[in-house]
Amino acid sequence: MKMASSTETITGTRTRRAEIKEEYKRFTGRKILFIFSSLILIFIIAGVAATLGSYPITVTEVYSIIWHGLFKNVETTKEIVVWNLRLPRILMGILAGMGLAIAGTMMQGILRNPLASPFTLGIASGAGFGAALAILLGAGIIAGGTGKYLIIGNAFVFSLIPTFVIIGLTRYKRATPETMILAGIAMLYIFNAATTLLMYFAEAEAVKAAYFWMVGSLGKASWDAILPVSIVLAGCVPLLMWKSWDVNVMGAGDETAKSLGINIGRTRIFIMIIASLLAAAIISFTGTIGFIGLVAPHMCRMVIGGDNRFLIPASGLFGAALLLGADTIARTIIAPVILPVGVLTAFMGGPLFLYLIMRRRREFW
Amino acid sequence: MVKLKVKDVEFSYASVPVLNGICIELAESEMLGVVGPNGAGKSTLIRCIDRILAPQKGSILLDERDIKEMRLMELAQKMGYIPQSTSQIFPATVFDTVLMGRRPHLGWRSSEKDTEMVLDMLQMLNIEEFAMRDINELSGGQQQKVFIARALTQEPDVLLLDEPTSNLDIRHQLEVMDIIKNIVREKQLSAIMAIHDLNLASRYSDRIIMMNSGEIFSAGDPVSVLTPDNIKWVYGVEAEVNNNNGRPYIVPIKPIREDGKRT
Repeated sequence: MKMASSTETITGTRTRRAEIKEEYKRFTGRKILFIFSSLILIFIIAGVAATLGSYPITVTEVYSIIWHGLFKNVETTKEIVVWNLRLPRILMGILAGMGLAIAGTMMQGILRNPLASPFTLGIASGAGFGAALAILLGAGIIAGGTGKYLIIGNAFVFSLIPTFVIIGLTRYKRATPETMILAGIAMLYIFNAATTLLMYFAEAEAVKAAYFWMVGSLGKASWDAILPVSIVLAGCVPLLMWKSWDVNVMGAGDETAKSLGINIGRTRIFIMIIASLLAAAIISFTGTIGFIGLVAPHMCRMVIGGDNRFLIPASGLFGAALLLGADTIARTIIAPVILPVGVLTAFMGGPLFLYLIMRRRREFW
Repeated sequence: MVKLKVKDVEFSYASVPVLNGICIELAESEMLGVVGPNGAGKSTLIRCIDRILAPQKGSILLDERDIKEMRLMELAQKMGYIPQSTSQIFPATVFDTVLMGRRPHLGWRSSEKDTEMVLDMLQMLNIEEFAMRDINELSGGQQQKVFIARALTQEPDVLLLDEPTSNLDIRHQLEVMDIIKNIVREKQLSAIMAIHDLNLASRYSDRIIMMNSGEIFSAGDPVSVLTPDNIKWVYGVEAEVNNNNGRPYIVPIKPIREDGKRT
């Protein structure tokens, strides 16, 4: 009798363990499935996007042009439209969506704040100011190459200033999430005010150019923008992946993370720099594309939970699909007019986000 | 054998002194209760011992080595900290939360062995059924068990507990304290717990230190520390202390008026 019951307990616990393991595996499987689905979604949207546009080219023609362009130089108008206009735009959409979403994920993670994003930390405002300064000082008027690079370079340099101010402050005050977020918001206001002041005294033509720059769009995408952005992405994302478990641990709170051996101050600053670099590199080329960096991480957390080891690839790919989809709609919704995608992401993202907030089950999914 | 030694520790926030000349010795497999009124410095002391805060003066020796000279990961392999409540904002499953305890021993990813260890701990604390639930969905008592499980997956020698029972109903208070007591016995751990409830402290501690305004007011076994005089002086409360199977049992009666003996 006694024997029988103890065997039962042993098998009972064994099956319970097996069940948990099984359930854990299923959950992991769901995360991987989500990642692959996002990847497939990107391919589908990219495939559709390549065929859409104001210049009439048939679907089969587009694919044959892409295929043949791999082996020979582009010559005809159709080939130029596909290879030099549509493809760079699609690739830039993928890269920008990926980078912004990953930067947002990591910023939210280290600051344990659902509102953190490249925008709320002042990066976009810094870039906007840098670009406006370059344009209003004349770079925008110089047609051609050098002016463009001056704007991009200036936007990049200024977009990193908020991050360095935030990190500089943590030398005097501890690097708590609250300090960093509030400092970011302060930088956002300072740079926005400075941009407004610049514009107030500038020529109408230059103001228009600066304003057009700031409304984020993929229209400026070209092959020579793709290369630097991919290099930054390829450099930053593995570094963030490497720290992803530490960011998970930091999610449990600073004290717990410290007691688990994480140097929270140093980790927070390291990730802040890498994520800012990533976002800055993208925003300098595209202008302010809002909401992807904020919304994509939240949407992914709803489906696959908060484990950053999966969340980084998931939100990167999902963000890419989201931005690419939004840009495709922006290009076609009132064609031949092409809307800037930054407007569309905010217009679509806003209501979508409200809906998600309404139906959330818990504090933050 | 002395496991942990706190020597003349002083700590202040900005210029407000919180701890002043604290000296403690903790033996192997000993459970030390730290009691005292709000603001006495209990939690601060616990945090200094785990290097969450850095004391301005004094030293803390673990196995005769100054913890300041250890790497953070090395300390985390030897000391486990159990917080009062969670500050988890984004979703995390109980399983993944417990798995975090392996971080000091691993780099980037976990292995099958770590999974088995997490399962062992979940089973030991009887929280297997919550394994895949989100930590924020659990009650305070269940969360406390998760934190204990996480600290134990760290395989520490010393456990630090910051008011482990403060949010719990009496059943969970007893469950959690029994678990800690058993672990301390079985695994030969040492534990320091900051605790408000004097009767729980009395019942579960081998030794108690009573703190007041950042200093140790009284230290020793429960009977010698939890006296009506000490409670009157430190808490400003008149209390009756009964003997309950060799442990003092405190029945608080009323607060003493400010114009009385207390300043």
